[in-house]
Amino acid sequence: MSVARFWRKQPQRYNLTGTCCETCGAVFFPPRSFCPECRRDGRIVDHDFAGTGTVVTFTVIRTASEAFEHLTPYVLAIVELDEGPRLTSQIVCSPDEAYIGMPVKKVFRKLGSDGEAGPLYYGTKFVPAR
Amino acid sequence: MRKVAVIGVGCTPFGEKWETSFRNLFVDAGARALEDAGISGEQIDELFVGNMSAGRFVEQEHIGALIADYAGLATTHIPSTRVEAACASGGLAFRQAVTAVASGNADIVVAAGVEKMTDVGTGVTVDTLAGAADREWEGFAGATFPGLYAMIARDYMHRFGLTREQLAMVAVKNHKNGAKNPIAQFQKEISLETVLTSSLVADPLRLFDCSPITDGAAAVIVAPLERAREFTDTPIAVLASAQASDTIALHDRRDISTLDATVAAAARAFSIAGLDRRDIDMVEVHDCFTIAEICAIEDLGFCKKGEAGRLTEEGYTAIDGTLPVNPSGGLKACGHPVGATGVKQVYEIVTQLRGEAKGRQVDGEIGMTHNVGGTGATVVCNILGVV
Repeated sequence: MSVARFWRKQPQRYNLTGTCCETCGAVFFPPRSFCPECRRDGRIVDHDFAGTGTVVTFTVIRTASEAFEHLTPYVLAIVELDEGPRLTSQIVCSPDEAYIGMPVKKVFRKLGSDGEAGPLYYGTKFVPAR
Repeated sequence: MRKVAVIGVGCTPFGEKWETSFRNLFVDAGARALEDAGISGEQIDELFVGNMSAGRFVEQEHIGALIADYAGLATTHIPSTRVEAACASGGLAFRQAVTAVASGNADIVVAAGVEKMTDVGTGVTVDTLAGAADREWEGFAGATFPGLYAMIARDYMHRFGLTREQLAMVAVKNHKNGAKNPIAQFQKEISLETVLTSSLVADPLRLFDCSPITDGAAAVIVAPLERAREFTDTPIAVLASAQASDTIALHDRRDISTLDATVAAAARAFSIAGLDRRDIDMVEVHDCFTIAEICAIEDLGFCKKGEAGRLTEEGYTAIDGTLPVNPSGGLKACGHPVGATGVKQVYEIVTQLRGEAKGRQVDGEIGMTHNVGGTGATVVCNILGVV
């Protein structure tokens, strides 16, 4: 991975800031700049999500790519935000703790680095909400 | 549109081919296909090659020209085009070739697929394959390709009661078929226990739920059906070639356990061919993971959602069952050189329909292929039939 690709000036990498189509009210995360429903009639503005949601499905990654090998085993899930959109994210909990339907909330965490000495990158993970 | 037929097929043995190079893999498959069709290179009008990631696996781009060159066709200056849709790249190449002939734009067209995956370490391979999904919003969060299919498996098992043993039976069946396929990477039967005790890769998927990392190439030659008998006594008609797409990320799908692109591509293919599911005698599906075969059988319309596990357990999909699924051994046992797989599936069905599959021969006149890119963002379905 390269830093340029995961550039630090993209706010959606650090916050659950997505978009909303004011024309139809649909909300998007990851952000979309084009509403699939309203198409060119859609008016897209930024939208902040509350950061609470539910685990739809999950796995425990035991063989990872090089950038994540040091984290194994880790819980990866599809989380449905309370506002509706779904995203893929890590859940900070033990592998036996995760379950379908688990309530979770967002946290800001280190995701990885470019090699041992390379720059760090950060993003959103989730923790159990109770 | 003109009707199209396959007039020649070729495939390299699949496996870890450290003794050969990327370009030689392709040349080997191409030469076998030309010999099979009984034509010479100068008769080829156009070439399409499916390849996912030579840039990462062997640091080579510009694959179209490279393979035309090493196939000895540089001086003919024919158009040669690389197409890419991750693991569906081969399926795309075949559909492009069929379209070129059907449109009247070309007469003799080669569809090839090639991938050389073992020249890099496993970490690089895992990372490269993760690029078949959404790099920015899945890979960046730590998703691996097996991890995404594991999340499909978890969702499916939770909703439909599929058992861990039923999933393992897919691998056992495909290894049984692969044991009789001379080009398969694993020509060895395995037991249920082998699958169930293999190491966890991404829960609930274990090592033997996953297709392997493979080197290999396949090539097929298509021509107008009306000219096919100039080249072969056993032309196989392309009754349909259909493609569909869906969201790149698994989390954006309407339903985690349904590949809507498979549903759409299959609906188009059956409509084009004017056939029904009952007309299909055999099918090669994209079993990159055991759960993928379960979903494929259902999403292609061969049974209702939630039934494929039971059908697998009952032997419905076995080589001597009602609907033989993956007589080649599938991606699981035959191997999965990602860009070559979609073309290898056509190779297998043509071999079957000609009655040349020997120990794994299935009786039938109509076969189908199903090739998936990513977790279902691209799907190609082909229906082939005896003329």
